[in-house]
Amino acid sequence: MKDTDIKKLFYAHLFCVFSIILTTFIPSLFLEDFSILETHLTWLCICSICVTVVNVVLYLLVKPNPSSKRSSISHKISRLLKSCVYFSISCLLYHAIIVLYGAPLIELMLETFLFAVILSTFTTLPCLCLLGPNIKAWLRVFTKNGATSIWDNSLQITTVSSVIGAWLGAFPIPLDWERPWQVWPISCTLGATFGYVAGLLISPVWIYRNRKQLTYKSR
Amino acid sequence: MLKALVLLFLAWVCFLFYAGIAVFTSGFLLTRLELTNHSICQELPGKGPLVGGGRGEPGACWTAPRFSRAVVVLIDALRFDFVQPWPDGLPAPQPFLGRLGSIQRLLEAQPQHARLYRFLADPPTTTMQRLKALTTGSLPTFIDAGSNFASYAIQEDNLIAQLNNTGKRVVFMGDDTWKDLFPGAFSEAFFFPSFNVKDLHTVDNGILEHLYPTMDRDDWDLLIAHFLGVDHCGHKHGPHHPEMAKKLNQMDQMLQTLVERLENDTLLVVAGDHGMTETGDHGGDSKPEVTAALFLYSPLPLFPRAPLKDPEVVPQVNLVPTLALLLGLPIPFGNIGEVMVDLFSREGDAQPLATALAQASAYHLNAQQVSRFLRAYSLAAQDLPPEELQHLQNLFSSASSEYERLLDQLKTEEVREADIQGLISQLRLFLRGARTACTETWARFRPARMIGGTILLASTCLLCLVTSGLTSSPDFPFHCLLLRSVAWGLAGSALLAGGLMAGGSGLEPALLCAGGAATSLMAFLWNLKSRGRPPMAIILPGPLPILVLLFLRSAALFSDSFVLAEARAAPFLLRSMSLFLVAQLHWEGRLLGGWPTAPCLSSPTASMARREGPQALGLLVGLLLCVRLSSFFHRCPEETPVCQSSPWLTPLAAMGGGQAKNLWYGACLGALGVLVLSVRFWLRRCGNLNSPAPPVLFVRWGLPLMALGTAAHWALASGSDEAPPRLQALVSGAVVGLPRAVLGLAALGLGLLLWQPVTVLVKTGASSSNPIVVPFVGPPASQADLDYVVPQIYRRMQEALRGKLAGGGGQTPMSLAAYGLGSVYSAAMVTTLALLAFPLLLLHTERISLAFLILFLQSFLLLQLLATAVGNPAGSSGPFSVPWLAISAWALTATQTFYSTGHQPVFPAIHWNAAFVGFPEGHGSSPLLPAVLVGANTFASHLLFSVGCPLLLLWPFVCEGQGSTKKKPLASGAEVEGEKEEEPLMEMRLRDAPHHFNAALLQLGLKYLFILGIQVLACVLAASILRRHLMVWKVFAPKFIFEAVGFVVSSLALLLGVALVMWVDRAVGSWFKQLILSQER
Ligand SMILES: [Zn+2]
Ligand SMILES: [Zn+2]
Repeated sequence: MKDTDIKKLFYAHLFCVFSIILTTFIPSLFLEDFSILETHLTWLCICSICVTVVNVVLYLLVKPNPSSKRSSISHKISRLLKSCVYFSISCLLYHAIIVLYGAPLIELMLETFLFAVILSTFTTLPCLCLLGPNIKAWLRVFTKNGATSIWDNSLQITTVSSVIGAWLGAFPIPLDWERPWQVWPISCTLGATFGYVAGLLISPVWIYRNRKQLTYKSR
Repeated sequence: MLKALVLLFLAWVCFLFYAGIAVFTSGFLLTRLELTNHSICQELPGKGPLVGGGRGEPGACWTAPRFSRAVVVLIDALRFDFVQPWPDGLPAPQPFLGRLGSIQRLLEAQPQHARLYRFLADPPTTTMQRLKALTTGSLPTFIDAGSNFASYAIQEDNLIAQLNNTGKRVVFMGDDTWKDLFPGAFSEAFFFPSFNVKDLHTVDNGILEHLYPTMDRDDWDLLIAHFLGVDHCGHKHGPHHPEMAKKLNQMDQMLQTLVERLENDTLLVVAGDHGMTETGDHGGDSKPEVTAALFLYSPLPLFPRAPLKDPEVVPQVNLVPTLALLLGLPIPFGNIGEVMVDLFSREGDAQPLATALAQASAYHLNAQQVSRFLRAYSLAAQDLPPEELQHLQNLFSSASSEYERLLDQLKTEEVREADIQGLISQLRLFLRGARTACTETWARFRPARMIGGTILLASTCLLCLVTSGLTSSPDFPFHCLLLRSVAWGLAGSALLAGGLMAGGSGLEPALLCAGGAATSLMAFLWNLKSRGRPPMAIILPGPLPILVLLFLRSAALFSDSFVLAEARAAPFLLRSMSLFLVAQLHWEGRLLGGWPTAPCLSSPTASMARREGPQALGLLVGLLLCVRLSSFFHRCPEETPVCQSSPWLTPLAAMGGGQAKNLWYGACLGALGVLVLSVRFWLRRCGNLNSPAPPVLFVRWGLPLMALGTAAHWALASGSDEAPPRLQALVSGAVVGLPRAVLGLAALGLGLLLWQPVTVLVKTGASSSNPIVVPFVGPPASQADLDYVVPQIYRRMQEALRGKLAGGGGQTPMSLAAYGLGSVYSAAMVTTLALLAFPLLLLHTERISLAFLILFLQSFLLLQLLATAVGNPAGSSGPFSVPWLAISAWALTATQTFYSTGHQPVFPAIHWNAAFVGFPEGHGSSPLLPAVLVGANTFASHLLFSVGCPLLLLWPFVCEGQGSTKKKPLASGAEVEGEKEEEPLMEMRLRDAPHHFNAALLQLGLKYLFILGIQVLACVLAASILRRHLMVWKVFAPKFIFEAVGFVVSSLALLLGVALVMWVDRAVGSWFKQLILSQER
């Protein structure tokens, strides 16, 4: 593990954070009455698309796990298709978990689903980018000694912090402050976003501070 | 450790908790008995004639009315200094000063028509309590015992009721609290929602819309307008905000217009029900909260004298008798206020004697009424000090005889005014004494007791925590510490009793208990400390997630929103916890192990993980589903447009009939059937359904019978109106008989279970080819021998059976005999829970049976998940311990079930109908039985989960057996020899190490008590810290009461559960002894 790797990670993450901040400002130039709270669903769509694009572009630019063997175009296409299927499955799974967690079943279905989409964007998408459509690898990364590179470590941190952010976002909902952001699912999506951003910022710092302890065994 | 010691220790800890709760309650919950007597127009409160009174005059009551109509303008939270006159030219330093110019002008221009008072409210200064005081003239407390908890309607005699009785018409507009307090009492009413404190204008604008048109009509005798804007402005912005100035200006405008439209026969009363603190809150007893304003005005001259320079102080209750007599009504029966004597003068200064006489007669009526009330109250309740009462009665009788003497004298000769004034001051002395005595008893928080109770609770929690960590050390001298502490406690309470007796005050049980508890607790902690400091790791309850969970649970109790939303918060935390559990399992590589790259996994754990993994995931999904489904039985604390209670909580009888009703009935029957069948299935799987023991027979035949009885009762209860008239008698008999029969069956089942709790089938005769050999000759001499022998026998039996199994080559029914022994404790527990569930089920409405089914399923899944994820490692032989995670999850499930069976911790949401199950005609006068029925309904989940608490300890052992039963058919013949070592001992591991078993039970009890105790402590702290909060009497105090009663129920049930396990253990012990004896023969 070299310091350049950490630097690369840091800049990539900074770029992600920057893109998320931009999604709150840029659309208001093109769309009338755009605001995060009032046209929340629009923002959700924009944000998830933007994060997807940025993640894919960064992956293509940085190439964190350079695969040695060249793969054919058909293999690449099948990987891409597989990734799309996995992403939609993860959206559905998140939706199911959120409903099991107490979200309304029929009312506000679209809101709940978009919340699931943004959670998938923050968690599943980086997994797809870094590890490919390989569930075994995903499961391995999320175990105690499963990380094999700093990218895996940063994946752990961002994923867990996004989920925790969404979880914490549910807490203000019952309070009687009657703020617009207490409406389902705004506080949770905002929480997830803040969690993701925090994860992006924390993970390079954490990795840098623990770089002595982190030793990776090669696969 | 002895079994009795475990029980005694737990009981002692429970007692400490109870004492803390009792002391806090006696300091915090103001209580009073509510009498339902009413004053009657034609009946004077005492003997004696009247001067200038209206007795006999048509239409008049105790006195002739002075005003025929009155307008009462109640401005919520109108503090005195809001009204206080402010010199004209000066700029006001505060936005609330000098805003009510109309009042100031009236006071200056017409000093004999208008008067301003400091209006002293009694704590608790919350609107509902103040409204009760302003109409009944009494000192309402939080719990007015004897009142009907099901509704907020005022049962006591009050002004509105008196007006209704005399045929007067009352028009109301404003705060909709009045709708609950006086249902159907108004000839015309405009209610506006008061709940939203952020809304400053809805109520006020609504009133202003209707006020002037109503003023101009004359179809009313009393007009009440209750404005809320000032109060809400206080809550939202505080009194120092410019918004307050706007609000007061609006009120000023309103008063100005009102006075212009006032007619000569009308009295205007402007009053605040309480004040507010500098932050705009109220509820407590600080000076700004209790000092409200009262302003009286009449277009005719009202007062004989010009006002004093400094406005007079008038207690709030004084308005009630004054208004009553001025309007010619009887004074409400429970009034303890004193008439405002200035208002009872005759016109003009020319007749000082007539004025004095009129005042004396008003005072005398008032005193007679108060004396009658005191007599009636002291007959019904004993909380007023008797010496004080005696003194007051003496005062009253001497004043009364003086009054009669003066009246006699008046007939013949002149009376000096000084004599009358003397009489008035005597009567006033009596009235004030009476009010003081009542205030002292009913309307004062006792901070010392509140703090004492809190400290006691907190230190008992600490004790639970520390000792639960110490139970695992075998040589810890619990018995001698317990003995010493109890001795100290007895000594302490005896000393306290002596002190109290010597001090002359009465012995109060709560205080005595607290004294004893405190001394014994101190003795215990002192002894503990002198034995050396326990390490910090023992003190902290478990890993970080548990601390976070505990913190969240306790912190949520400090927010009224979260208390109201606990029905959603508890399942949320439960789901998070189970998800976390599985995620952690995966993190540790135990969920879906077995990939080649994971370096830390050795093969055996991987194979175990392969078995556990999908199982844990399935359990998690099932658990989440159950929790989600159970939320369909949610009930709202208050029906609002935002929150609608589940329609499934209504009884089937309320449904219109038709197909839906039948389908629902079928679903409920299905739930009953599944419940019975699943209990039987589980017992069969564990092998406890084979023995000929009476409890087994009862499970086989009694449980279905109970289900049948329940079903029949539901059918009759929901369709009793549709029965043909010939069968009515039969149906009504069955409605009485069936619930009692089910209860009787349950009691019978429990009795059988206690009589022979061992549900194990032994077929010694069949295994004669391989006789069980006891290596020990002669009868066991001591307990130690027995401890050694019993596991030996067990192992031998297992081996014998195994040998037969291997020889037979296949699974014969014989092998089941061993399973029955391995789950003998849990079989007894599960049977008990099923037996308890049926009577509790019967107390709920029919469709709750589905919730009960979910409850059983959910706790089964939770137990399995906990056993899989955090249970004891399979090979351990003590010390056993149940992890904090499991206990927190269990307590959380109990809370969640409380809500998912349609309950809420507020009094109007209690299922009062439960009192009539099996007693459709009511209970007569005894309050005990209905209280038990309603209590059992309300705390059903506390009861079931606390009794079932020992299952947390037992379940991992049961699961161990299930794991290997699955494995057994897979094992090939060659492996049988090797597997002998692994033969699951299951719950016999506990018997293998009886000391560890007892210690584990003690630890389990202490940990559970700790988790419950922390919740009670949080409620106590919330109620005492937030006693000024707007919602204290609506949310925090009821939550505290429910939590405290729930704690008492839970702790008693926990003791029962632990005792049951010990009883079974004893029975198993004697069963083994018999086995040995029969082997020796
Ligand atoms: Zn009020
Ligand atoms: Zn208020």
